[in-house]
Amino acid sequence: MRTLYQFHGGIHPPGNKEQSTQCGIARAPLPSKLVIPFRQHAGAAAKPVVRVGDHVLKGQLIGMPDGFISSAVHASTSGTITAIAAQPIAHPSGLPDLCATLIPDGREEWIPHAATDYRNSDPTELRRQLRMSGVVGLGGAVFPSDIKLRPGNRKIDTLILNGAECEPYITCDDMLMRERAAEIVQGAEMLRFMLEGGEVLIGIEDNKPQAIAAMRQAVAESGFSFDVVAVPTIYPGGSAKQLIRVLTGLEVPSGKLPTDIGVQCFNVATCYGAYRALAHGEPVLSRIVTITGNVRRAQNFEVLLGTPVRDLVALVEALPDTDRYLMGGPMMGLPLSSTDIPLVKASNCIIAASDRLFPPAPPALPCIRCMRCAEACPADLQPMDLFWFSQSKEFDKAQQFSLFDCIECGACSYVCPSHIPLVQYFQFAKSEIRAREHDQQAADHARERHEFREYRFEREKQEKAEKLAAREQAAKQVPAASANPADAMQQKIQAAIARAREQAAASQPKNTDHLTAQQQAEIAEIEARRAHIHELAKSADEPPDDHGESHS
Amino acid sequence: MSALFSPFISKPDTVSAIMLRVLLALLPGIALYVWHFGPAILVSIALASLTALGTEALMLRLRNRPVRHFLGDNSALLTGWLLALSIPPLAPWWLVVVGTAFAIAIAKHLYGGLGNNPFNPAMIGYAVLIISFPAQMTHWLTPHGLGPVEFGFLDQLKYMFAGALPPNVTLDAVTMATPLDTLKTRLHLDEPVRQILEMPIYGRLAGQGSEMVSLGFLLGGLYLLAARIITWHIPVAFLGTLFAAAGIFHLADPTHYAAPLFHWFSGAAMLGAFFILTDPVTGPTTNKGKLIFAAGAGLLTYLIRAFGSFPDGMAFATLLMNICVPLIVLYTQPAVFGKKDKRP
Ligand code: SF4
Ligand code: SF4
Repeated sequence: MRTLYQFHGGIHPPGNKEQSTQCGIARAPLPSKLVIPFRQHAGAAAKPVVRVGDHVLKGQLIGMPDGFISSAVHASTSGTITAIAAQPIAHPSGLPDLCATLIPDGREEWIPHAATDYRNSDPTELRRQLRMSGVVGLGGAVFPSDIKLRPGNRKIDTLILNGAECEPYITCDDMLMRERAAEIVQGAEMLRFMLEGGEVLIGIEDNKPQAIAAMRQAVAESGFSFDVVAVPTIYPGGSAKQLIRVLTGLEVPSGKLPTDIGVQCFNVATCYGAYRALAHGEPVLSRIVTITGNVRRAQNFEVLLGTPVRDLVALVEALPDTDRYLMGGPMMGLPLSSTDIPLVKASNCIIAASDRLFPPAPPALPCIRCMRCAEACPADLQPMDLFWFSQSKEFDKAQQFSLFDCIECGACSYVCPSHIPLVQYFQFAKSEIRAREHDQQAADHARERHEFREYRFEREKQEKAEKLAAREQAAKQVPAASANPADAMQQKIQAAIARAREQAAASQPKNTDHLTAQQQAEIAEIEARRAHIHELAKSADEPPDDHGESHS
Repeated sequence: MSALFSPFISKPDTVSAIMLRVLLALLPGIALYVWHFGPAILVSIALASLTALGTEALMLRLRNRPVRHFLGDNSALLTGWLLALSIPPLAPWWLVVVGTAFAIAIAKHLYGGLGNNPFNPAMIGYAVLIISFPAQMTHWLTPHGLGPVEFGFLDQLKYMFAGALPPNVTLDAVTMATPLDTLKTRLHLDEPVRQILEMPIYGRLAGQGSEMVSLGFLLGGLYLLAARIITWHIPVAFLGTLFAAAGIFHLADPTHYAAPLFHWFSGAAMLGAFFILTDPVTGPTTNKGKLIFAAGAGLLTYLIRAFGSFPDGMAFATLLMNICVPLIVLYTQPAVFGKKDKRP
């Protein structure tokens, strides 16, 4: 038996997983319309490479990766592209994003594709293939997998497969492991190959005995010496850093990546995606989604990316009092603004919700400093202090007390007897800090420009004087050739300004410049939530316990 | 309104339910109180409850806070009960009223209300009373079977509200100094501890009747621990330090210093260990901090009892340690995940 470690805190919310594990994964029927966003991954959106009216085949590239952190997007089935336009998507900001509308022709006609003999391929080529196949983290973070497989400055000793699935209600990884364990194991070997060795640990929470058994059997049959480890069921035990801690006893240092301590972590569904991409040449066109909550028959479906949520909930018959839908689990999920929203690579779960299922929390009371939040925090933070600093807008204090180590798991909010929406305060504070750093940077930039202008005026004065002197000289001697030297100088100045601008745009905010590429991508994500969160913060600015003496 | 933000589920736990369970945990102690000293304490508690709720409502009104929202949190009730349990039940009715009103209005609301007061309100109320009305604060009831006369419930009521004693009964006949107080006075007269503790008021261990009440509070405290409403840190550190301090002095000089168990079961030690020092609002928010906070309170309590001018030190020890809380918390910050070798 492997020694397991613990992380501080954690909670045990009711699992509610049985509902959706009664029957196996079903294939969702082909919808009449697919809406495929060009950004289903962390990083830059893919660039459209099809035009309206084009007929596309299943698996055909429609979005080309654009930038270092980016991934490809494909047609989930064969059909016709009828629009390329901004459409509502599942995003905290509620802002629409560029999507391709695809009307299926019903023939499911595949583009030619073939397997890769990965053992005889160059890892660089394999990574390119994963990128072109749109393989990204399917656990929810959707970070492009090829980047996580790049060789770093340290050898990877341990590859961890994350099958913990700690969020309540969600069972898509559980069912995937039960039904497609062999493929996951093969995928893990491919990832291990690309990482050039190391042991493989497969962490699965012990509330999934069937998945554990299936994976153990698949490992035994494969002949690989992977270790399938049952880890204690505790939320957020499926968070990468926490799972790494449980399995290896190592803590990923703050602001660092797992690779810095020789560990890399992939979700089991991502492994499966990598396997399909390399062993069959199939890009990521579908994923397993749990559809559950306030429904008659909760179940997991294999769903084509771009399928509108409406088509999915129709499959499980939402109960009449359902009044909203969540994407993701109840701890970290996102309420959907409409059921037109398409399912994307990040969507692991759709929950039909009602007040009966998720009763609204009672109104918040002041913090009584009971420490329950600190006892629950998996990052060893003091949420009550961070709350205090966020509420009083002492953001530098919040930062000093490690606000940016908060993983926004919501465990603190879950246990707070005063029902304070703590995570929202932290998201608000984080976005405020980033915005301020942005402003600060803009101000620095402006100051630089100002100084540069002063300098330029000086320069010009000097030049004028020189020119004057030259002209006087010329008047005395031969006629001057032209005023070209001055023009050239002007161009140089322009170029310098442009360079300065570029540099400013490229440089990171002061306090976040130790962040990794992955975190930067997250920042961009969170940045977009600002508008929304701002609203909340505005109303939270006057909580009943604060100085809101005005509302009498 | 349905939540716009995750998490959409929460633990079914509320401030009001937590406070209610703390009140329930006081019941065994209160029952034993009534058994040994008569029901006067119930009248004190009732008075304190009414005053606490009334003052709380008034203050919420004045501060423009939603009265109903806050009144239901049971925190004012707890303050009232703790104060009532800290002062003599036979004190005139207005004593508990003044103390409770002061605790709620000044010590709690003027500092910002629930969650914001730096000092334990009940202990502030106690401190104000013992400084302003020292004579009335000595009217402790003699336990059943110890006094020359039996002082019935009606007699108790009459005295509390009208200051009238039955014919031929003097106040001295029905009240007495607390065991801690008596010990202090007699030690000043150079009597050895062993001889003092042989007096009937000392019961088996630390005071006829009062030791049983302390035992009741200990039971209630164990329930709070079992129900995970409090953690072990404060009671263990407080009682441990008190025990150690008393033990050292007792071992060195048993004629002048009482034994550790005497200190555990006399005065407000048990009430303080499980119900007063554990007030989350005025205590530290780190586990290490709790240990330091409670150890400091234990030491101070002992020092005040042994060398100070007040018989019991619980209230002042609590208040003094309350002052230190921000500092304690600052220096006991837990190491953040991934920063185990660095502190902010
Ligand atoms: S759980 Fe809530 S009430 Fe308790 S300390 Fe944390 S924020 Fe304050
Ligand atoms: S949301 Fe942040 S502060 Fe709250 S428990 Fe999770 S990591 Fe800790």
